[in-house]
Amino acid sequence: MSSELATLLRRVKKNPLSLLGLGLISFFILIAILAPALAPVPPNSRDSYLIPQTGYSSDPVRPSREHIFGTTEQQYDMYYGIIWGTRTAFKVGVTVVLTSLAIGIILGGLAGFYGRWIDEALMRFTDIILAFPHIVLAVVIVAVLGPSLKNVMIAIALVSWPSYARLLRGDVLSIKEREFVLAARALGATDFRILFRHVIPNAIYPLLVLASLDIGNIVIYAAALSFLGLGAPMGYADWGQLISLSRNWILGSSGNPFEYWHTVLIPGGTIFLFVLGWNLLGDAFRDILDPRQK
Amino acid sequence: MLAFILRRLALLPLVALGVTLLLFGLLQFLTPEMRASLYIKDPRQLSAMEAVIQKYKLRDPFPVQYGVWLKQLLGGDLGYSETAKMPVGEAVRAFFPATFELALFSFFPILTIGIWLGTQSAVKKDKFIDQVSRFMAITGYSLPSFVLGLVLLMIFYGHLKLLPPGRFSLETDLLIHSENFRQYTGLLLADSILNRKLWVFWDGFKHLILPSITLCYINVALLVRITRSSMLEEINKDYVRTARAKGLSESVVINKHARKNALIPVITLSSLLFVGILGGVVITETVFNYPGIGRWGVNAAQQLDIPGVIGFALLYSCLFVLGNLVADTLYAYVDPRIRLK
Repeated sequence: MSSELATLLRRVKKNPLSLLGLGLISFFILIAILAPALAPVPPNSRDSYLIPQTGYSSDPVRPSREHIFGTTEQQYDMYYGIIWGTRTAFKVGVTVVLTSLAIGIILGGLAGFYGRWIDEALMRFTDIILAFPHIVLAVVIVAVLGPSLKNVMIAIALVSWPSYARLLRGDVLSIKEREFVLAARALGATDFRILFRHVIPNAIYPLLVLASLDIGNIVIYAAALSFLGLGAPMGYADWGQLISLSRNWILGSSGNPFEYWHTVLIPGGTIFLFVLGWNLLGDAFRDILDPRQK
Repeated sequence: MLAFILRRLALLPLVALGVTLLLFGLLQFLTPEMRASLYIKDPRQLSAMEAVIQKYKLRDPFPVQYGVWLKQLLGGDLGYSETAKMPVGEAVRAFFPATFELALFSFFPILTIGIWLGTQSAVKKDKFIDQVSRFMAITGYSLPSFVLGLVLLMIFYGHLKLLPPGRFSLETDLLIHSENFRQYTGLLLADSILNRKLWVFWDGFKHLILPSITLCYINVALLVRITRSSMLEEINKDYVRTARAKGLSESVVINKHARKNALIPVITLSSLLFVGILGGVVITETVFNYPGIGRWGVNAAQQLDIPGVIGFALLYSCLFVLGNLVADTLYAYVDPRIRLK
């Protein structure tokens, strides 16, 4: 395990693009940690994730000394939204990855371990969810549960576990035939103990790495649902929500067609850099974990 | 071959049953009053809510409720969509052609560009074109489609005033709903040719360009990656070396020998890709205000139009089942070894 980790680090160091990815992610982690210092919460605020509003004019205002990223329509401060939105992005990404991992590990573990009809039923179910367009299923789930950021997270977790379940099932299938499992069984260990103490810990490492790299994709899905008006409420620090506020401003004023460029490019660029970071790192990791490449 | 398709077809009802079970299971999160909207076709029925709940057994255990609903579904009655202001079945017929046209219009560019770029970057591995395609793939995965769409709109609509959002201009709208225009297929480009109205064709074409570019950029990355890796596997095989040793020209070796085999996974994937594009339009249609299934589904989801949302999901289940069937059939067709299993 440690030698694998060493190879991994060597590969990352050799590849400048994955270093760039690592740099981008570290940068965003730093912003998330320092959010209260970078964008102080106004003293009368109920919730630090609510973006302060300066006035009620409907037109966005371009970046200025006072609002370095400008404001959106309804005068929400873009800078505050981007900074605290970083925290939202990590919160959504990490929560969803952990939830869908939990579902994937339990279902994939059970399917691989017990085999036969349990395996058949669980894997057919997995196939259905895997092949169904994720965004469609997520839209349906959010519609039924009601639009909110929490339900967006639930919906994405419910559609993204199948690939983890499938991956774990494959590994469990091979590990359960190994000698140490037989030894545990001979010692009288229960199925539950064998599965969760002996089999899964030996299969989980590549799964954890792959899953953590999905944070970028998850943030895109969450932003898309927020953009479609199914996620965070207006004024909540969330990147997708900030972009949805720009939809009415793709036309500038006469003589200045790009007057409201900042409403799209600032939150859009932020999401792009965030996801790019994860994908650059992910590319290097997937190469290393892919058994065919060895 | 026929036996293979029949065997696959036999599985379809099972999958369809699974999907409806999943969807109706989700509805159990709602109150019986909200579920009643599945059966309400007239606002006057709202005052007699309790009667509707009793009639359709909405307080009964899940299997009973599901049975009642499935029976209605099999009768072809999908309920009334509040957002579309028409029955769900009609709404699907009204919106689907637009979505299908957009997906079809984007599918062939994606296929052509994806296969070409994938082949080139495998043949010239680590050269300039390979780096370009890798860059495009990574940015394609990282750029949300709605951001790309909005930026394209800002440039080509806001600045250059060339390519507007929507599906057609006001003039076209007036014409196609008048007696002078017959709707043969519902696909605007096809209908405009059949009606010999070239300016309508041009109008529809202009409106398709931006959404189609957005769909291409987002979807082409996967195809490039698959073509490239499958092509890399083939060009190192013995038969390719034999072909070269015979003295065949490089383009024949690559295009006739290696690529034909490398395309097997690509061909089978293409039908699933088509379903994927149909799913991707959910966001693209909303960005470009394009009146198709996706925009309807999102509106229905925002306004808690339950029959609309369920109809939208059922349509996608059918498409997904069909897409899988086509993928399996194509697979068996291009690779005879599969049929014998």
